[in-house]
Amino acid sequence: MNETTALRQENNEPIVDDLAPIREMVQACIQCGTCTGSCPNAFAMDRTPRQMWRLVLMGRKSTIFSSQTFSLCSACYACTLRCPRGLPLTEAIGRLKQIAARERLALYKKSDRFYESFISSVRRHGRVREMEFMTLYFMAMKNPFLPLKFSSLGMRLMARGKVSVQVPSRGKRPLEGIFRKVEELEAGR
Amino acid sequence: MKYLYYPGCSLEGTAAEYDASTQALMAAVGAELLEIEDWTCCGASAAEGVSEWLSYALPARNIALAEKMNSELDILVPCSACYLNLKKVTEKARDKADFRSTINDILAEEALSIGGKTEVRHLLDVLSSDLGAKKIRDRVRRPLEGMTIAPYYGCQCLRPYRVFDDPEAPRSMEPLIEATGAAVHSWDMGGRCCGASHMNTKQEVALQLVGGILKAARGADAVATVCPMCQMNLEAYQSRASEEFGEDLNISVVYLPQLLGLALGLSEKEVRLDLNLAVSAGFREKLS
Repeated sequence: MNETTALRQENNEPIVDDLAPIREMVQACIQCGTCTGSCPNAFAMDRTPRQMWRLVLMGRKSTIFSSQTFSLCSACYACTLRCPRGLPLTEAIGRLKQIAARERLALYKKSDRFYESFISSVRRHGRVREMEFMTLYFMAMKNPFLPLKFSSLGMRLMARGKVSVQVPSRGKRPLEGIFRKVEELEAGR
Repeated sequence: MKYLYYPGCSLEGTAAEYDASTQALMAAVGAELLEIEDWTCCGASAAEGVSEWLSYALPARNIALAEKMNSELDILVPCSACYLNLKKVTEKARDKADFRSTINDILAEEALSIGGKTEVRHLLDVLSSDLGAKKIRDRVRRPLEGMTIAPYYGCQCLRPYRVFDDPEAPRSMEPLIEATGAAVHSWDMGGRCCGASHMNTKQEVALQLVGGILKAARGADAVATVCPMCQMNLEAYQSRASEEFGEDLNISVVYLPQLLGLALGLSEKEVRLDLNLAVSAGFREKLS
């Protein structure tokens, strides 16, 4: 029995095992390490992708979510393409990212706020407004020096008229129905 | 040749020259593009980091709009991230009835639905399979002889779906480049990842990937790309990558339809070469 399924709440109800669907996706993993050998970002990871899949199978949630490994996936799909068991590895990583975002884990704040700011701009206007999205991201990160890192690129893009200053606005929210329906659906799962 | 056209958000902003050159090239070869009316964001790489069903619902809405306009035509997508997001939905909807019904439940909010039969096509697929190198060669007015071009494919137009090219060792751009009179830079970095959005959140990692690609491109006159994210990573961070690698990694980076358009005699203005961030004086000289 793995770590998460063994845990029970005070009233003896099993806790929600949100690794279960991911475990099912990688159940047939044979630990060959082709994923690690194929990953362009493996050099920067604290655990290899192969080790991470083993941790998923063992239900070691706290170990997985103290590692940066899954957040370093850039969705190049090399592992998915090469996996000799044909496992949907990139998709499984997406599910891990979703858990980190849902639980607002501090370790992944940067990429989570980045994704959320992007989606927030899309929810407001239907299409992302690139400068609004970056402004929302800077606001969410609450780091006054962060914008400086992007300022020279921002100026080059503005000089070409590709982007302009966009103060975040409420927008017409043309996708509100779809967003709400998805929230309802996922809250019920 | 007639397609439903999904430009995607980048092509309205930071990749405006990709939109302009795609439209100009397609017009020059007599292909018709019908822009999907009222299209919205596909979710990019962000939606998957937030919510599974949002990452399917956002692209699905655009497929539904396209099917409403004309269910016979293929959807043409120049951005690789948009392409994969849209394609994922059509692939899953084709095979799985329960996926299709959940998506259509969500889309019912907007009185939309998908049938799951529409084909989503990447621009490079259309250029290499439908148009073909011969039709480019026949129309060349400004041969790019004396130029060497490094074909850069990136990831998501190649993987995970094996559609028009070898996802490990892509070659589909080569006949198109050769048709312009230019030579193909021989390298094995064409399908290697540029780091995508890590450039914003984990820059030290992305700079290693971009630096490796730029270094391997040395000797070419330009890198040709087919994705706004790849283009931005390769053109905008050359000085930082040069610092990191301790050598000069500057090189011109252009979108494939800009290159093909120029060879067909379109002006620099028509393919909006003025909007690129990395076009050297030497590259411009060789053009004239």
